[in-house]
Order: sequence, then C-alpha cells, then structure tokens
Amino acid sequence: MKIALIKYNAGNVQSVLYALARLGVDAELTDDPEKICSADRVIFPGQGEASSAMAYLRERNLDQVIREVKQPFLGVCLGLQLLCTHSEENDTTCLGIFPQLVKRFIPSASGQEKVPHVGWNSLENLVDNPLIKDLPDAKYMYYVHSYYATLGEGTIASTQYIHDFTAILHRNNYWAIQAHPEKSSTLGEKLLENFLALPST
Amino acid sequence: MLTKRIIPCLDIKDGRTVKGINFVELRDAGDPVALAKLYSAQGADELVFLDITATVDKRKTLVDLVTQVAKEVRIPFTVGGGIASLQDVYALLAAGADKISINSAAVKTPQLIDQLAKEFGSQCIVVAIDSRCSDGVDLVYTHGGRTGTSFQSKDWAKELADRGAGEILLTSMDQDGTKEGFALELTAEISSDLPIPVIASGGAGSMIHFKEVFTTGKADAALAASIFHFKEIGISELKMYLEEEGVVVRN
Repeated sequence: MKIALIKYNAGNVQSVLYALARLGVDAELTDDPEKICSADRVIFPGQGEASSAMAYLRERNLDQVIREVKQPFLGVCLGLQLLCTHSEENDTTCLGIFPQLVKRFIPSASGQEKVPHVGWNSLENLVDNPLIKDLPDAKYMYYVHSYYATLGEGTIASTQYIHDFTAILHRNNYWAIQAHPEKSSTLGEKLLENFLALPST
Repeated sequence: MLTKRIIPCLDIKDGRTVKGINFVELRDAGDPVALAKLYSAQGADELVFLDITATVDKRKTLVDLVTQVAKEVRIPFTVGGGIASLQDVYALLAAGADKISINSAAVKTPQLIDQLAKEFGSQCIVVAIDSRCSDGVDLVYTHGGRTGTSFQSKDWAKELADRGAGEILLTSMDQDGTKEGFALELTAEISSDLPIPVIASGGAGSMIHFKEVFTTGKADAALAASIFHFKEIGISELKMYLEEEGVVVRN
C-alpha cells in the first residue's frame, strides 16, 4: 500500500511516520501532486499555524490537489482545521471540504479550563462509521490545540472541553481527527488501522 | 472530560536511565526505551526524559535515544536537560520529541522562550521552574538547584506564560525527595494564576499525595520518579484509586 503524507512544513510529521511504521506500512512525505494523487491513502498531518500552512499549500497548488483526491484522505489536528471552511486563526480561508468553522477556545470564566486544551480527553456521541468501529472501551485521545472545529454536518464524534466541539469528521472520501492518533496509545493505533483498512476508491 | 495526567520522569545519563530502578520484568532496567514502553503499557499519560549528561559530545546519544523512543512509544514525551538554543530544540523535535523542557537557559535568556514559541509553537515548549522557599519567599533556582536567583517563582511563572511557554513544570525543591507530598499551596497559587497548564513535581510518596495535588493543588498533571521506579506505587493502581476518589483520569 502506498501512503502519501502531505508535506507542508507542519510539525510532528515524524511521529505520524513512526506510527505508520509500527503498523507495518511505509509512508512517503511529499508535496509532489502526482505522488499524492497516485497514492492509495493520503494523510494530511500537522501542527502549526493556519494562514502560513494555507499559503504554503496554495503556492504549490496543493489546495486544488487536496480538493480533487479520490482515495481515502485523513486530516490530523491542523489537517482537520484546514479541511474546514474558515479559521479564526489569522482570519484564514481554508479548503472548504467540511462546512465547519474553526474558532479559538475562550477560557471559561471560572479559569478552571485553560487554553490550549492539552491532554487526554474522551470521544463522545460516536456515529456508526468505519473509521471508528471496534474501538477499545476507554475512548481517550491525546489533544494539543487552541482552535477547534464547530459541530455540524459530518461530525461523527465530539469531545467536551469548555463546550462540545468536533473530534472526528467524515464526508465522502475525507476523514479528519482533531486529536493525535499517532500519540493516542491503543485507541489511536486502532483508528489508524481502521483508516488503512478502508476500501480503496 | 479532560483528564488529569500522570507523568513518570526518567533521568538519563549517556543514553541510559540512572537512579535506581527496580523492575524484575525488565531484562535491562537501564534501558530507557524498555522502561518507557512498560510505563506506557501501565497507563502513563506522558513521559519526561531528563538528560543529566554532562558533556556536550555525548549529547548526540540523547538524539539517538529520542529517535528510539519516538519509534516505539505511542504516548507523548518531553525531553529536557541542558537545552540552550534553537538548534538544540530543533534537533530533539526533528528526532521525534513532542515537547522540550528548558530551565536554566530560560532564566539566563528569557527572550529564548519567545523565540522558541514563535519558531516551534507554544504547545511544545515546557518551561521548568525549580522553586525553593527562602524566608517565606518562593524563589527560582537553576543548574539543577545549585544556583539561586532573585526571581520570585510566581512572577516568573507569569512571565513565562506571557512569553509563550505552553506548560510549566513546577518542582518544589523543598518537597523533592521527602515523600511527604507535593507543595500544595505553591502549586495552587501558581496554577490558579496561570492561563496554561501546570505539572506539579517533587514530594510524591503515596497515592493520596496525587489526589491532593489535583484537588487542593489545582495541578493539571503530576510528575514523579522514584516511587514509580521502585514500584512503591503502580501507575494503573494509582489511576484506579484516583478514579474512585473522583479525580478524572484516563483508565
């Protein structure tokens, strides 16, 4: 199986490569549209800032490539946010695969809940979907983020922090996860395994 | 709900864990990767590797170790000890560390925090504060606690948050090694004052100490070393206890 990891100077890419290697698959980090389009799976990983990431994608025409891919596609963390319509992070127009808006967490008035949202939090309101089938009972994933996607069409799991937000998205061949499956122990590994097992298109 | 984190800390010298470690199930208790995997399997939420290697040329060993850990461990980990420049941070993050922890260099050059946060993002910059109470005032110490400063711990923590630190690792030198419990007042004072998470460290001796630091101490995470290494407290057993006591943990 050929897996392309979209290269756009995002952080934390190495961890995703290692997580895939633990599952016995090699992935290639690339910004070459041909390689991305001919892969069996595409992963859009990342940590970073929305506007500079979008600028990097546009310069290389990768925004168009991402909109056109037909094979199973997985956005992770910033990758999820960039698949949404708009991000409050430096007022950025994103790719618009999902109708969700990306907003900044506003710390609760009590000061109990801090921003960024860092640590292990649970998946809730899971919808029947091949990406999230047969998960272990303890559904905790590791999060590190200051911006979140609102709930809406395509939300197949939510997480609660200050309020409910989108944990996992699905539409057509696009899936996206706000948490870091590559750092989320057994549950994260199962999600990646499920992604690799999706029928090819 | 967001859970409280339990973080074992491994001291590393020349690529090996040091301080006594008592694990019969490990063939080689000095191997940090084996120990990291074991803690991860027991339910540790994150790991911290603190490099106490003295010489610069042996630092390459640390990068090799980080690569090995990143390849084999499925939970986030932080690397600290002697980090003083953007290059140091770049090398460790590129090798697969999720976060880095800096201490003395931040006190010497506070602007370094701003630079690191801008370059790599706040989420991967942990700043460690070693705090000791002197005449009723909590002051910052550096160089493994050997060098005193005139910085008040509370003010310094605020400045670090303003400069873009993502988390504070707060060690009470007064409590460290005593097994009498975490510095609850100091932790609570700093944690309630800050918009960023606080990891409490120093003094863990029993399970109730963890409960106290998450409730009274308002800590977001708790770090300990020897009680885990010597199996005085098992991580899964600790988490079951905390859950029974109403502390939300990942079980």
